[in-house]
Amino acid sequence: MDFPFLLSTMKALLAATPTTLGLFSLSIFFGGLLALLIVTMRVSNNIVARNFAKGYIFVFRGSPLLIQMFLVFYGLGQFGVIRHSFVWPALREPFVCAVLSLALCTGGYSAEIFRSGLRAVPPGEVEAARAAGMSGFLLLRRIIAPIAFRHALPAYSTEIVLMVKSTALASLVTVWEITGVAQRLISQTYRTMEVFMCAAALYLILNFLILQVLALIEHRLNRHDRRPAERKPSVLSAFFGSRA
Amino acid sequence: MSATPRLSVRNIRKSFGAHEVLRGISLDAHDGDVISVLGASGSGKSTFLRCINLLETADDGDIVVNGEEITMKTTSHGRSAASRKQLDRIRTNLGMVFQSFNLWSHMTILENIIEGPVHVQKRPRAECVAEAEALLEKVGIADRKDYYPAHLSGGQKQRAAIARSLAMKPKVILFDEPTSALDPELVGEVLRVMRDLAAEKMTMLVVTHEMGFARNVSNRVIFMREGQIDCDGTPQDMFGGKGSPYFQQFIRHMETENDAA
Ligand SMILES: Nc1ncnc2c1ncn2[C@@H]1O[C@H](COP(=O)(O)OP(=O)(O)O)[C@@H](O)[C@H]1O
Ligand SMILES: [Mg+2]
Repeated sequence: MDFPFLLSTMKALLAATPTTLGLFSLSIFFGGLLALLIVTMRVSNNIVARNFAKGYIFVFRGSPLLIQMFLVFYGLGQFGVIRHSFVWPALREPFVCAVLSLALCTGGYSAEIFRSGLRAVPPGEVEAARAAGMSGFLLLRRIIAPIAFRHALPAYSTEIVLMVKSTALASLVTVWEITGVAQRLISQTYRTMEVFMCAAALYLILNFLILQVLALIEHRLNRHDRRPAERKPSVLSAFFGSRA
Repeated sequence: MSATPRLSVRNIRKSFGAHEVLRGISLDAHDGDVISVLGASGSGKSTFLRCINLLETADDGDIVVNGEEITMKTTSHGRSAASRKQLDRIRTNLGMVFQSFNLWSHMTILENIIEGPVHVQKRPRAECVAEAEALLEKVGIADRKDYYPAHLSGGQKQRAAIARSLAMKPKVILFDEPTSALDPELVGEVLRVMRDLAAEKMTMLVVTHEMGFARNVSNRVIFMREGQIDCDGTPQDMFGGKGSPYFQQFIRHMETENDAA
């Protein structure tokens, strides 16, 4: 084992990690907002909005993310309106294109995940809230969204982990995130195995940490499913503060 | 008795498709009235209660709560409340207790009880918590306030649901078969709470199959049949043989069923 080489590889990959995390967090953030919009349209009574959302979800779940990314990266510049608009300086950036296509794609998946969460909200609990004088945004914020989110969280966790891995595709539109830097190192050193092993290890560590955070959130949100004696707030309260 | 009724229902009609479930129902509930609504399954009792607080919208008729009529409008989508604000406000005056409890599963019992007072009525949290604790004491589950609904027995859940509706200080409480989902040994604890409320002159409209409650606690019994009020009167009159032949047959049937159980 050539430890000095592994160490220098790790250093180079770690330097690219903020880019990967940036791609990931921005696309989850904007994709999440987009998903809220799409799911609102998807469950609305307006037939145009509903069908638009259906079509959106079908297109972005049904086609390869890599092709979506190429279309955004190489395709948008073909439109004069876009090339001459104020967003062009941003859209010319590979990083922005990658975030945009990652967000557009996860928006479709997340919308479906949120919708399955909404469908799991017991109608009786919504009726009880209406009977208590809740409606509109208050009803959504206090009753529907919290219950739906709890149901959606396991599937949403999976989507988040998939997104960490999907950021690797950004290397193909010249974003120097972990995978891109790994490929550059390989082309310089021809040591494919070692470099890719380091990159894979880095993704595993990232996902391990992200899954820990998600598990903590899930644990905290699912208190209502555990018997009172099983509730052990010790570790959690260190992270989130005690409620007592 | 010229006081304004707490609840006045005038000529409510409701159809689901071609099926006319309520065929003109009227009723006044005065302060302290405890009205038992009896009737065979499918006679429209739940639909009647749900039309009162507009969980279902009646096709025709008026609802007046404490002298205020719920204003309605008719659009191409059908009939609905004209003002969501008015409806929300009137709903806080109409408590509802469901057969299946419908406590909010993501909140503790205490959180369930202060939810409406804090977030709908916008009253100070500390005051609501103090009142909620007193209510939980009253229904006998003070020690369960930090439990989630999933960890309570059916009887405890229903008592929590009653406390939740009391927390809004409603003018009338509607009960839709509050003990029908309970194991027989848990029915008593819920009926005891309801009997206490009746003794405190809470105005209540109770759909029930508990003949003991109808006979001994309520001051008026209504018998529904095929979407209409078939007969009504005091429990003494109704159970003393003055109800319609259909009602006589109904109570005979209920009694044999209770004997069999
Ligand atoms: N949402 C609905 N859609 C269609 N039919 C309904 C609906 N709710 C109730 N019904 C019908 O209305 C009738 C009365 O129901 P319900 O009010 O629940 O009776 P009860 O509570 O007396 O058993 C039944 O025939 C039932 O099938
Ligand atoms: Mg019913």
